[in-house]
Amino acid sequence: MDILASLFNGILIALEPINLGLAVIGVIVGLFVGAMPGLGSVNGVAILLPFTFVIQGFTGGATSPMIFLASIYYGAMYGGAISSITLGIPGASTAVATVFDGRPLALSGKAHVALVTAALASFIGGTISTVLFTGFAPLLASVALSFGNPEIFSLMLLAFATFVGLGGDDIPKTIFSICVGLALATVGFDIITGEPRLIFFEITGFMHGIRFLVVAIGVYGIGEMLWTINSTRSGPQMAKVDVSMKGIFQAIKDFRFAWRGTLIGSTLGFFVGILPAAGATPGALMSYGVAKLTSKNPEEYGKGSIDGVAAPESANNSASTGAMLPMMTLGIPGSPTTAVLLAGMVIWGLQPGPLLFTNQPEFVWPLIGSFYISNIVAVLLNLSFIPVFLWMLRMPFTILAPVIFVLSLVGTYAAYLDMFDVGLMVLVGLAAFVLRMLDYPLAPAVLAIVLGPIAEPKLRQSLLLSDGDFSIFFTRPIAGPITVIALILIFLPFFKWITNFYRRKA
Amino acid sequence: MRKAEIITAFVLGLFSLSMMWKSGEGSSWNPDVSRFDNIGFIDGEGPGSGFWPFWLSVIMFICCLWIAYNWYKRTSPPSQSDEPFLDSHGTKLLLVVVGGLIGFLLSIFVIGFYGAIFCFLIYYIKFLGKHRWITTLSISIGIPVFSFFFFDIAMRIILPKGYLEPLFIPLYDIFL
Repeated sequence: MDILASLFNGILIALEPINLGLAVIGVIVGLFVGAMPGLGSVNGVAILLPFTFVIQGFTGGATSPMIFLASIYYGAMYGGAISSITLGIPGASTAVATVFDGRPLALSGKAHVALVTAALASFIGGTISTVLFTGFAPLLASVALSFGNPEIFSLMLLAFATFVGLGGDDIPKTIFSICVGLALATVGFDIITGEPRLIFFEITGFMHGIRFLVVAIGVYGIGEMLWTINSTRSGPQMAKVDVSMKGIFQAIKDFRFAWRGTLIGSTLGFFVGILPAAGATPGALMSYGVAKLTSKNPEEYGKGSIDGVAAPESANNSASTGAMLPMMTLGIPGSPTTAVLLAGMVIWGLQPGPLLFTNQPEFVWPLIGSFYISNIVAVLLNLSFIPVFLWMLRMPFTILAPVIFVLSLVGTYAAYLDMFDVGLMVLVGLAAFVLRMLDYPLAPAVLAIVLGPIAEPKLRQSLLLSDGDFSIFFTRPIAGPITVIALILIFLPFFKWITNFYRRKA
Repeated sequence: MRKAEIITAFVLGLFSLSMMWKSGEGSSWNPDVSRFDNIGFIDGEGPGSGFWPFWLSVIMFICCLWIAYNWYKRTSPPSQSDEPFLDSHGTKLLLVVVGGLIGFLLSIFVIGFYGAIFCFLIYYIKFLGKHRWITTLSISIGIPVFSFFFFDIAMRIILPKGYLEPLFIPLYDIFL
């Protein structure tokens, strides 16, 4: 009952004109960012994070800036489908699976059916996952209140271990990415001993540490854009879309054929989204696979199945809410976008983690309320603005790219008023481009640079408690199983490698 | 791609070694502490300041050796690829884009943010994108003007203006 009362209050605050206005603007920005090939929710949230300081200055709290960024996140999940369907290029990696059936539908003259299915499935996925979030989050937060330093460090270890065990990327490159993020987070003064660390070439700019935004904007604003410029050579062909009211209403009627895919995506997406390292992209791909596997007509998939559009689209929205669960309750982000949101919460003066629910209910519940509101706003805007987004998708990349570069440089300077950070951001962007070309996963590094300043003190305080004995991570009832699972995940690829080696030999 | 894979692994390996070396630096105010004294457990203090970054750098270095081994065994996709890291078109494209970006960054020190944004957008939209002058000028004038009113006037975040500073003084007189 408490939850329902808090939620009701939260929804009322989310409906206040300033918050509703920010949700609308956020969703529009998100739809645009998600629809643009090469840009995803993480790019939008990272590039616009510095601008939330203005919102905070204006409203005085952290709720409105967070509603703005969360709305961008939601909007981007909806927007990704637009270019997947009309251009055949996923607007974001989360919409890759939408191309499989969305593009064939568009090529057969049913782009409007695919677009409407994607919007409605996204809405249902987002709503089901928000209901699950409302039920699970306070429970998980109350359990997490009993966590001490060893438990929190074990959880961080688990977050990184899932990248290694389940990430699917090159193992040494993934581990390198995690470690470099954690190591770069130590640059600057050690908060325990006060000693300066890793001040490269004695440059004073490193004294304040490598700031998270510098890395996030460098990787997603500069590195990703350079990668997109290099990988997209010829202009994509846009499918014709019937945007008449009759066509849209017919497509809404046809949505009844997509309920199975929507339900699979909504539930599976949420639980995959909770896992660190997983997030919306594997959630969408997995839901597509399960929907196809359990379908009576699997041969229709890949040729223009409505279920094949609904499953990944409901899943990516559902997973984006799922990824917020560990971020809000445990202080551990489940995806790069939630890592940026977490960094934002720290910058706005909040302490993410289980205490958030008891100490800052005036932040938590309006935010949860805004999930419901943002979903409704997003589906309405998505359906009504389809023609506008189709027009915007024709914007040449040679106009979009320089504007993104300008936003990245100005945004970094505005956040810290330091030209050293702007230069470092460009350098990080160039390095990120080279590493991206060579298949180094960069999301673990971005997550690590956020979690590093939390993980290191927890490890050192735990070891101080145990007088340098690492068994503290194995002997405590909650930390023990988590550490063991983390180690199994870390060593899983080694076991696979050894068994494969012997199998080949045999 | 194959050559780029091993060169990158080598550079990252050197970077890891330099991180290990830097992590071992003790505090400058305590001359009794020698290098690498801070990477282990210090009685009564717990792990030293270099403990976390040093051992992370060790893992990074091991990963670089592992990547090199995979390159030798041709087990990773870039190590199997015979394609160049960047073909001639990609190299040319990136040189003009990255060159423009670095020029943009450096020109901020001379003509400030607004002047640099204007020049960079003209360079990119007109000379790389080959768009019409009307499109080029509307974007390259519109964005700095909007940025000025947003940052300098509304948010009071003063962006650097370099040698163009005197041009902005009358605007401050009017709007601030």
